[in-house]
Amino acid sequence: MTNEEILKEERNAPWREMLRKTIKNKERTDRPRVMMPELEADIRSHNFEEVNQGLTIEQALAESQRCLDCVNPTCITGCPVSINIPKFIKNIERNEFLEAAKALKETSALPAVCGRVCPQEKQCESQCFYTQKLNKPAVAIGYLERFAADYERNSGHISIPALNSPNNIKIAVVGSGPAGLSFAGEMAKAGYDVTVFEALHELGGVLRYGIPEFRLPNPIVDTEIDVLKKMGVKFMTNCIIGKTILQEDLAEYGFKGIFIGSGAGLPNFMHIPGENLIGVMSCNEYLTRVNLMQASDPESDTPVLKGKKVAVIGGGNTAMDGVRTARRMGAERAIIVYRRSEEEMPARIEEIKHAKEEGIEFMTLHNPIEYKGDENGHVKQMHLQRMRLGAADATGRRKPEPIEGDTIWIDVDEVIVSVGVSPNPLIPQTFKGLDVTKRGTVVVNEETLQASNKQIFAGGDIVRGGATVILAMGDGRRAARAMDEYLTTELTTKE
Amino acid sequence: MNRIVGKEYFSEKVVKLEIEAPLIAKSRKAGHFVIVRVGKKGERVPYTIASSDKQKGTITLVIQRVGKSSEKICQLEVGDYVTDLVGPLGKATHIEKFGTVLCAGGGVGVAPMLPIIEAMKSAGNKVITVLAARTKELIILEEQVRQFSDEVIIMTDDGSYGNKGLITNGIEMVIQREKVDQCVTIGPAIMMKFVAQLTKKYNIPTIASLNTIMVDGTGMCGACRVTVGGQTKFVCVDGPEFDAHQVDFDEMLMRLKAYN
Ligand SMILES: Cc1cc2nc3c(=O)[nH]c(=O)nc-3n(C[C@H](O)[C@H](O)[C@H](O)COP(=O)(O)OP(=O)(O)OC[C@H]3O[C@@H](n4cnc5c(N)ncnc54)[C@H](O)[C@@H]3O)c2cc1C
Ligand SMILES: Cc1cc2nc3c(=O)[nH]c(=O)nc-3n(C[C@H](O)[C@H](O)[C@H](O)COP(=O)(O)OP(=O)(O)OC[C@H]3O[C@@H](n4cnc5c(N)ncnc54)[C@H](O)[C@@H]3O)c2cc1C
Ligand code: SF4
Ligand code: SF4
Ligand code: FES
Repeated sequence: MTNEEILKEERNAPWREMLRKTIKNKERTDRPRVMMPELEADIRSHNFEEVNQGLTIEQALAESQRCLDCVNPTCITGCPVSINIPKFIKNIERNEFLEAAKALKETSALPAVCGRVCPQEKQCESQCFYTQKLNKPAVAIGYLERFAADYERNSGHISIPALNSPNNIKIAVVGSGPAGLSFAGEMAKAGYDVTVFEALHELGGVLRYGIPEFRLPNPIVDTEIDVLKKMGVKFMTNCIIGKTILQEDLAEYGFKGIFIGSGAGLPNFMHIPGENLIGVMSCNEYLTRVNLMQASDPESDTPVLKGKKVAVIGGGNTAMDGVRTARRMGAERAIIVYRRSEEEMPARIEEIKHAKEEGIEFMTLHNPIEYKGDENGHVKQMHLQRMRLGAADATGRRKPEPIEGDTIWIDVDEVIVSVGVSPNPLIPQTFKGLDVTKRGTVVVNEETLQASNKQIFAGGDIVRGGATVILAMGDGRRAARAMDEYLTTELTTKE
Repeated sequence: MNRIVGKEYFSEKVVKLEIEAPLIAKSRKAGHFVIVRVGKKGERVPYTIASSDKQKGTITLVIQRVGKSSEKICQLEVGDYVTDLVGPLGKATHIEKFGTVLCAGGGVGVAPMLPIIEAMKSAGNKVITVLAARTKELIILEEQVRQFSDEVIIMTDDGSYGNKGLITNGIEMVIQREKVDQCVTIGPAIMMKFVAQLTKKYNIPTIASLNTIMVDGTGMCGACRVTVGGQTKFVCVDGPEFDAHQVDFDEMLMRLKAYN
């Protein structure tokens, strides 16, 4: 059966047919979209509690009824891992929340994470019938996904996926970010003996050290990792592949396949005067100090500078996380400085909205050109170039250009540079037989994610150079299927 | 793993720890370092691997107590565990037969220097080592250094041991006496700055091992960045050793004070 046929057949299940008849479509489409309950802005901007509180059962039921269970569910095409969206939503509608969670897990290893951090408005929700045809707000797919996953976690009945009988084939995974975790889960299901190696002392990659707790609390990540542990996946922290254990060692230890999910951890700087002053740092450094090292906890040994006037350079998710963290760390003025206009900002709309509610200032069409420090080398002022939008470039984005002579100085005591990341160079530099692009990303077959060295597969940011959690996860899944197939044929032909 | 199997005091403030870390012991080379974390609230702090024993699967760190984090690790006793230990990090020292190599180590910088002295010697170099410290008690590892050096010159600020004077006096004495092909210097940033100034005057290629502030030690944060030859470099992945004549030591000295 093709995927479409499976979807059709599931849609024809008697309970789904019944459910569709209980409420008229007109009635469904007339309802307003739910609003996510949130902590109040002036309270949350002083603590690290999760901003979005999650839907109540009543809200989730009401929202699930908006979904029309379309014959042609276009929403699915907007999801990088093709979650069977109507199936999980209709399970919510009929009060089978655990079934809904199961439906999510058919294709997604981290639904509680994706329900929180996916740019839904650009993905599934942008393809929903409501957005496409009715010109109404989409079904809140992300909120519902989070609801089902949270319900399952809180119920204490977390389903552990069925595992094939062990085949004793050892597989190594480099990096415990979303790409590595979802790969590990799929391979464990298929019966492989999987070990994940992580350079840092905690697991989760960006989910742990990057995305702050007010968007993604640590216990959520822990739960998802616990499921993998229960499935038999082994984890080894404080272990850098290419340093602690070399590529040759992996072969010696009997690993038959390697998946690289080492991410895009290398922060970019702008290389302008004064960028190495004290108080100017990468967003990775800032967030790592606060999230991974818990620097906001007075008991923690790791220090972090607590600026009163903080500027964050950039307009992506990372920049929003940085500026909202700075606010929570006590900044009186926390400013986003971005060289294009708000329309071009790559950050999620929800994050921009939340940032504004929390009193973040936006200086768009400004670009830093220089920093000045005090006598101790601590940053105290930044020089900004005013910009305007020129003609569209090859990617269709309008290119920002400086307005000659129009500059201003503003006072700052901390600057967080968030102008993108590059692929982590460690693996590309130390692995043999791996084709790497000029940008430093690992070259793979687009379909199978197999690298030039056939034993190696790669996915997530090390291949894409900075993308999203769900894309990294999708890569992990696809790579697992392809590696399974490759190893199965490889090993049978050898026999 | 990570169990402390040996502890020795070089002085009241300088402690040698031998730690079980078979994987690191196996893959480390001269010049590599590790990141250590003590306790769940501890910070990640870098220390150079002074030596290792592949058979026993141990590495040795030599740590000077200066503040909170070095204090925490120095308080560990034999049988205790280091919470987290990761490595080997950084690039290994470039070892080759240069001819005459002058190793200039100050204070606790002698510890990371030791494996380099050893490697330079076995590469067939004539090794002259200058050890410097404020006072006699702070001269460490003299015996081990002597084992691999053709000559050892000791300098103390107060003249309580060896010659009275700064490390640069000792170096200049050698340079004026004979041809030096390569210099390696490790110690406090201010000391390395003056060593670099001196060897530059005499046109002697010089390597300095930089001890910047670090967080992850894997190239992810940029906390360790320095300017070398006008370019920004990350000490943890591009270093820790650089051409001393190209390093902006003033900027480095400033950045070291970020959390003081
Ligand atoms: C602050 C921030 C906010 C973001 N917000 C969002 C968001 O809201 N929504 C969204 O979809 N995406 C967001 N992203 C992007 C998203 O997090 C990444 O695209 C995703 O995490 C990539 O996953 P990955 O598995 O490829 O790599 P990573 O998550 O980067 O994980 C890689 C892991 O590999 C480890 N590693 C690297 N090299 C080695 C080695 N040699 N040996 C062992 N381990 C190694 C690293 O330590 C790391 O833990 C955000 C990113 C950041 C930085
Ligand atoms: C590559 C490398 C190798 C090193 N090798 C050795 C060695 O072999 N022996 C030795 O004694 N020392 C070594 N150091 C120095 C050592 O890492 C620390 O600087 C020192 O122990 C400071 O810790 P502290 O908290 O005790 O000191 P303090 O002076 O109290 O430090 C104050 C604060 O500054 C910050 N800080 C200072 N230095 C660092 C650092 N390097 N990394 C992270 N944060 C820092 C910390 O937040 C610390 O809490 C090395 C440093 C580097 C970069
Ligand atoms: S995983 Fe992301 S894109 Fe897919 S359905 Fe969930 S929220 Fe939408
Ligand atoms: S397109 Fe929208 S309404 Fe239709 S099934 Fe998907 S979520 Fe439901
Ligand atoms: S310590 Fe973080 S990049 Fe070097």
